[in-house]
Amino acid sequence: MMSDTAAMETPPPMVETIIKVEDLNFYYGSFQALRHIPLEIPKTRVTAIIGPSGCGKSTFLKVLNRMFEIIPGARAEGKVLFWGRNILSREVDPVDLRRQIGMVFQKPNPFPKSIFENVAYGLRVNGKTSNLKERVEWALRRAALWDEVKDNLHRSAFELSGGQQQRLCIARALAVEPQVLLMDEPCSALDPLATAKIEDLIDQLKREYTVVIVTHNMQQAARVSDFAAVFLTGGELVEYDETKKIFENPKDKRVEDYITGKFG
Amino acid sequence: MGLRGPKETLIRYFLFACAVTSIVILLLIVVFLFREGLPLFQEYGLGEFISGKYWYPTAEPPDFGILPLFLGSLWVTVGALLIAVPLGVGAAIYIAEVAPPQVRDLLKSLAELLAGIPSVVYGFFALVLVVPWVKDFFDLPIGKTALAASMILGVMALPTIISVAEDALTAVPKSFREASLALGATKWQTIRRVTVPAALSGISTAVILGAGRAVGETMTVLMVSGMSPIIPRTFLQPVRPMTATIAAEIGEAVWGGVHYHALFAIGIALFLFSFAINLIADWISQRYREVE
Amino acid sequence: MRLRRGRATQAIAFTLLSLAMAGVLVALGTILSFILVRGVGVISWEFLTSFPRQAMTEGGIFPALVGTLCLAVGTLFFSLPLGAFAAIYLVEYARQGLLVRIIRMAVNNLAGVPSVVFGLFGLAFFVRALGFGISILSGSLTLAFLVLPVIIRASEEALRAVPQEFREGSLALGATKWQTIRKVVLPVGLPGILTGAILALGRAAGETAPIIFTAAVFSARLPDSVLSPVMALPYHLFVMATESIFYEETRPIQYGTAIVLLGLVLTIDLVAIIIRYRIRRRRRW
Repeated sequence: MMSDTAAMETPPPMVETIIKVEDLNFYYGSFQALRHIPLEIPKTRVTAIIGPSGCGKSTFLKVLNRMFEIIPGARAEGKVLFWGRNILSREVDPVDLRRQIGMVFQKPNPFPKSIFENVAYGLRVNGKTSNLKERVEWALRRAALWDEVKDNLHRSAFELSGGQQQRLCIARALAVEPQVLLMDEPCSALDPLATAKIEDLIDQLKREYTVVIVTHNMQQAARVSDFAAVFLTGGELVEYDETKKIFENPKDKRVEDYITGKFG
Repeated sequence: MGLRGPKETLIRYFLFACAVTSIVILLLIVVFLFREGLPLFQEYGLGEFISGKYWYPTAEPPDFGILPLFLGSLWVTVGALLIAVPLGVGAAIYIAEVAPPQVRDLLKSLAELLAGIPSVVYGFFALVLVVPWVKDFFDLPIGKTALAASMILGVMALPTIISVAEDALTAVPKSFREASLALGATKWQTIRRVTVPAALSGISTAVILGAGRAVGETMTVLMVSGMSPIIPRTFLQPVRPMTATIAAEIGEAVWGGVHYHALFAIGIALFLFSFAINLIADWISQRYREVE
Repeated sequence: MRLRRGRATQAIAFTLLSLAMAGVLVALGTILSFILVRGVGVISWEFLTSFPRQAMTEGGIFPALVGTLCLAVGTLFFSLPLGAFAAIYLVEYARQGLLVRIIRMAVNNLAGVPSVVFGLFGLAFFVRALGFGISILSGSLTLAFLVLPVIIRASEEALRAVPQEFREGSLALGATKWQTIRKVVLPVGLPGILTGAILALGRAAGETAPIIFTAAVFSARLPDSVLSPVMALPYHLFVMATESIFYEETRPIQYGTAIVLLGLVLTIDLVAIIIRYRIRRRRRW
């Protein structure tokens, strides 16, 4: 298959791989949403998944932490190796997995609880209740939200602005101390200013975390990511390379068309 | 997904058991009704039970003909629907289509309040107000009649009919109405030719569930129907509906005796009616969904 | 010309529809006001807190009030956990399939079974087969089965209204399914579940036919255990109005009992309606 070879020809440069996807196929009932995906996600880098809507990029993200399992009729075939271990295997508990691979959603989705309790939630369900206050503060600082909320920790999370809510959700995910952070179009519901703050934050985070971000916004992908994987309609991975190369010199004609706006 | 230790799995099984309880309860009801009701037919023919015209449980030998009781239930139910359908469907259309939006919720809540009044209070009200009125107005020797029972049952069936019919009308897509209005139809023409036809299956369900409410009602009919086990010829005669017969006689029936079994046999009949009514309502709404 | 005739038809039709609405309101108003006007004078602290005297022809309704409260609370004790857990299974765990369809059919059918049939069943099962006798326990269990569909449906609706994003957010943090339900879904759905419970409470307090054979007696002391038979407001009203020898003379007591029962049940319903209204207004997601 052409897409396979295209991606295989350009192995990512000398960085440690944290997640290795091999021949991933994904189905919603009888509809195939992803076809034979190979992908190596480098550690402590930002990898962007881009492509037109319906190309399966959000689906791909949901495979990485097995969130797809809550959708009736969804199933994945193939291998997703996280530190060499196939997370799609039955022996891997999705609950453990999700503690190591966190996720931030399209629409900010804080719980109807206080700011503090939102961040503390993941710690509580993980049984990490010692030094709760310190851990919450640490996470809020990481998410660049601490200074804005430190005096209102016990106010409802719904009183925050959309951008603050999204950073709260990032803090909530970070509190659990995951290694990987999946972001599913985290700025699509935000205004440009809030978006800029999240993008700055992503830049900070990649020093310690591996970030995989799905976005339909190519400028954003160009700004924040080190590597980019282009999916096209039909659920195929067409090209995967350093972001710079993808944008400056795409190998695949379809990717060039997509990036220059002739496609999708 | 059962990797999270036995706790998550155990909880799942526990919740599953709770959900299945509804089926178990329904089966238990069936089993016990039949266990206590079927022995009647060892001593009394099924045919006689169904078509017998006389209900004299304490006579020697006793008669257990359910026909007059069944007809009693039928008459008061039909009577109740004659009152409740026009009023209830009319009120539902009014609430859904005509009423100003500000009062819509209030009207719905008031109709719901009607459902909250206990049936024994309805019965009491009918006893002190409706029964004397029927007696005086029609110049009858006794006011406890099928008519009195129908009138109060009609009121009791209203909230069911209003609420189900109103839901059905509200569920009709706005675009239907807009399309009709945009063609120059008046509001009433739109209601009559578009909205009501589109909601018809829901309205039918409402009527059927209302009928179910009337058939199953016990206390009011026990208090105002007159309780004569005769085959009714007019609404101005007393009747003895099935539900009321059970309530009135179970206390005096000897446990395990023929009479006791006969009352449970009526219970079986009532259960089957409610089952049939549910099936019909289900079937209508199922068909409706396919049309959507 | 045609237009004008359309207008006239509409005016007539709308008048008829408002008359139907008015008819419903008049019925409601007549019932409430009639009982209120005649009964309000009977209500006193003494009427509520004293025992019946002189072979039920005088005195208050205290034991009936207590009995009804016992039955209502007992009903909720059995039906609320059962119904809420069943709803959790149906909403959070069950995959659409034959079994769920059967459960749903069973719930619908239970909701349609006449209350007197529940009474018969309670008599055969709880009173006789299980040997609980005529008692609070038998009556509460019978009523619990009767109101179970109310609680299941209300709880299902409440849980379905909890946004899916909350569940996703929690699961993605490594919470287990049950942690997600207990800490995120249930707190959000709780007011709705409680609304259902309150409606069931009102229903249980007002039902007569299911308790005639299972729990209620004409005259009793205060209950001293769950196996005691009790007096109950609806049954008291029924007996006083129909079977008592002095039913004309004791009309005031009947109106008083009716007003207390009505007040109790409608207050409970009103609370449920208000909670539901506030949930709808306060929802922020």
